[in-house]
Amino acid sequence: MIPALIKKLKNRELKSEALVNQTFDRIDSKDEQVKAFLSTFKESALEKAQAIDAQLDAGDELAPLAGIPIGIKDNIHIKGKVTTCASKILQGFKAPFNATVSEKVESAGLIPVGKLNMDEFAMGSSTERSAYQKTTNPWNIDYVPGGSSGGSAAAVAAGMVPFSLGSDTGGSIRQPAAYCGVVGLKPSYGRVSRFGLVAFASSLDQIGPFTRTVEDSAYLLNAISGYDPKDSTSETQAIPDFTKAIGKEVSGLKIGVPKTLLSDKIDSEVRDSVVAALDILKAQGATWEPIDFGYFDDALAAYYILAPAEASANLERYDGVRYGVRDDASDYLRKMISKSRGTGFGDEVIRRIILGTFVLSSGYYDAYYLKAQKVRTLVIQKFNEAFSNFDVLAMPTTPTTAFKSGSFSEDPAAMYTADIATIPVNLAGLPGISVPCGFSKEKLPIGFQIVGKRFDEESVLQVAHAYQTQTNWHLEEALS
Amino acid sequence: MTQYEVVIGMEVHAQLKTKTKLFCSCSTDFGKAPNTNVCQVCLGLPGALPVLNETTVKYAIRAGHALGCSIEHTSVFSRKNYFYPDLPKGYQISQFDLPICLGGSLTIQVDGEEKEIGITRIHMEEDAGKLVHQGADGIAGSDSSLVDLNRAGTPLIEIVSEPDIRSAAEARAYMETLKSIVEFIGVCDGNLDEGSLRADANVSIRPVGQKEFGTRAEVKNLNSFRSLERAINYEVDRQIALVESGGTVIQETRNYNDATGKTTSLRGKEDSHDYRYFPEPDLKPLRLTQAYIDDVKKEMPELPSVKKERYSSDYQIPAGDVHKLLLDLDLNRYFEKSVELSDDVAPGLIAKWMVGDFTAYLKNQDEDFASTKVSHTQFISFLTEIDSGKISGKMGKDILEKMVKTGTDPDKLIKESGGSQISDEGELSSVIDKILSENQDVVAKIKAGKTKSADFLMGQVMKATKGRAKPDLVRQMILDKTV
Repeated sequence: MIPALIKKLKNRELKSEALVNQTFDRIDSKDEQVKAFLSTFKESALEKAQAIDAQLDAGDELAPLAGIPIGIKDNIHIKGKVTTCASKILQGFKAPFNATVSEKVESAGLIPVGKLNMDEFAMGSSTERSAYQKTTNPWNIDYVPGGSSGGSAAAVAAGMVPFSLGSDTGGSIRQPAAYCGVVGLKPSYGRVSRFGLVAFASSLDQIGPFTRTVEDSAYLLNAISGYDPKDSTSETQAIPDFTKAIGKEVSGLKIGVPKTLLSDKIDSEVRDSVVAALDILKAQGATWEPIDFGYFDDALAAYYILAPAEASANLERYDGVRYGVRDDASDYLRKMISKSRGTGFGDEVIRRIILGTFVLSSGYYDAYYLKAQKVRTLVIQKFNEAFSNFDVLAMPTTPTTAFKSGSFSEDPAAMYTADIATIPVNLAGLPGISVPCGFSKEKLPIGFQIVGKRFDEESVLQVAHAYQTQTNWHLEEALS
Repeated sequence: MTQYEVVIGMEVHAQLKTKTKLFCSCSTDFGKAPNTNVCQVCLGLPGALPVLNETTVKYAIRAGHALGCSIEHTSVFSRKNYFYPDLPKGYQISQFDLPICLGGSLTIQVDGEEKEIGITRIHMEEDAGKLVHQGADGIAGSDSSLVDLNRAGTPLIEIVSEPDIRSAAEARAYMETLKSIVEFIGVCDGNLDEGSLRADANVSIRPVGQKEFGTRAEVKNLNSFRSLERAINYEVDRQIALVESGGTVIQETRNYNDATGKTTSLRGKEDSHDYRYFPEPDLKPLRLTQAYIDDVKKEMPELPSVKKERYSSDYQIPAGDVHKLLLDLDLNRYFEKSVELSDDVAPGLIAKWMVGDFTAYLKNQDEDFASTKVSHTQFISFLTEIDSGKISGKMGKDILEKMVKTGTDPDKLIKESGGSQISDEGELSSVIDKILSENQDVVAKIKAGKTKSADFLMGQVMKATKGRAKPDLVRQMILDKTV
């Protein structure tokens, strides 16, 4: 999609202002149902579009993506715009600084049109935990779009924006991408700066793009990647031109598929779609075989210790003292802090803070936190082992298709298993992409995931794109 | 009655003199309007991330070298979690199980005796902000507090001693020595009263001969050397009285009040925080090469221990004076510069006058060696006159006092006082002869064997020469003329 858009913008067949207006028209007509956007900024978007149009009209050489609209998940700061993280505790919080990715988005000439809905503080797999609104799956209003980047996925699936940015800590890009039938890429940990991304779990969070095509995600990855001196965990790896991986042949590539994720742990329709996808890759000259991996359950357990632990500390700053909601009625400090947080945070956030605090407490640290870190090391080692024999790994992105809204209201922890295939990838800091590979009988999208070695987004993109050249799943539009 | 031994361990926080904070580039400048030296990082805004200040690491390594510690090649930052309005992130980034320095020692001098105090560890951590309580002097009785985060994020090193200290005097000596060390190596201003150096004392008692340590109480708010000594002495007495009356010392944090001279309980063990330490995921482990560590050593200012050796062996300066030369950085700098400028005057003489009279006269003027009007050249010129015997010691004191007060050149002052010391026998002879002739009865006494009576005649000669006569020469001449 992007190459076509770039061409049309350059030869002035298309104006950026028109693109932006089209985006807002679609938001007007579709978002009442989808509820993907928490806030929009038509005025500043049009201003930017007009400025870019003037430059393009004058024949100026601009950044490749100049003039194209984009949606941004509401946990990424755009200076001067509100960042809520879909929480009441940050209601009205105007970001005093730009996230590094927002700076890069601006340098790339991309035009942010609004902030997208999410599970509160990125904790969730359905976007039902937003304190403001529930985003619906564009394919079926009764179903969830996935989470936590549900708004980012739905906005692209509904054709409101050509692409968006989300964040992924345990699957929060890939899982909603699978549920909404779009492409979702989580780069390697350290590939994209986290400066200006409101932290959930510092050692797991990464920002990544939602797009309709794998090719588009390569363009976006080029735009947002890079070492940032303001983020001590960002890496100095050289950034290749990821678009060069697009179109490379896959013959001879070896794909490993964890056996466990081909078992009846996975919905039969999902399984069949994924196997069919693998066979398409086989037909292109790649080979695939089932492998023992064995750590999925352990990884899930370890994640639900480590992520809440880090989150419990990351969210301590919301104490009502300097910004955000403050319970003014309280007459002493401890009461003020606990009331501000108790009313400002939703249930799932509180649940995870309490869980995280517990696993770090004196007497429990060794049994839980330390042990989970050791399991994490085992998971990393297991991946290294697998990658010594295979170029990439492939598997279903999720065990099922999207679930009905409200399915887990009685048993919130049961929702955690939705991330079983995505979590290990975050624990190991590897790149992973979800690509649409079919639909269920109920016309709900199915996605399959390709995982690469650390910093090998190129192989991931290469394989994912090769698959997409042979299929049309990604061209289907929900809400057309 | 049981004899008790006092056991003390010191925890000292030193604010490092870096230009910017530990994890952001905000200035550490003191005295700015509240909340102006702040940014998203030290304000703990959502989305902010810490970036390590390399100078802090260098300064921590300097401290490690100065205290003979092992500088760790790998150290890790940790989050120390607790809620307080002066702690913006709700956690302090510190170091827990893998600090930058381990082991080491510090030599103190008490009553002329030297003793080695062990150092357990040194680690880096960020400072919290300040709370300014409104409506009362402190937090008790206040109706609100204002939060100033200028200080939040300032780099600190925490230096923990082994429980080797056995008295309040030793604790004071420890602090004085540690203060001079951190000043001399250029990492800290070392002001207890301004808070750039903060001390907490862990105090316990045990019956003499007992191996196990008694329960310790932590004493805080020691903002002068005097407070430190008084607080520890009070606490020791309190613990002994408690134990003697059948009670037990409980593990708690106590606050020292200088006005009352007492320590009172701040919080007990039950209220003590579970800090839930875990490795800081926003920072990579700090890895140092031996080459880097060695370079810091090469580039740092001369260690007090090295100076001590030089002063004793090369300059032959007595131990008491050496000790004083190493306690005050301004004094030391003035000394080193004076030695550098002097060709003939021995460092020992320079030291003697500096640690004694010069220091006393400065104190009277409320000045120090950094602010003094006396230039190095003036001082050396003064000492040259002393050394040659042109002026007596007594005259010298007066001259120096005037120099300190007015900054006038010594030769001008010597002229004004009527000239320099008279040591010319010819000149003195006529004066002595006159005095002798006026005091024949005393002369008779001396002749009879009462040589002590010569002192009276000496006094008369000194009076007649307005104090300028060289005393021992006068005495000798009187005796020669009378015997």
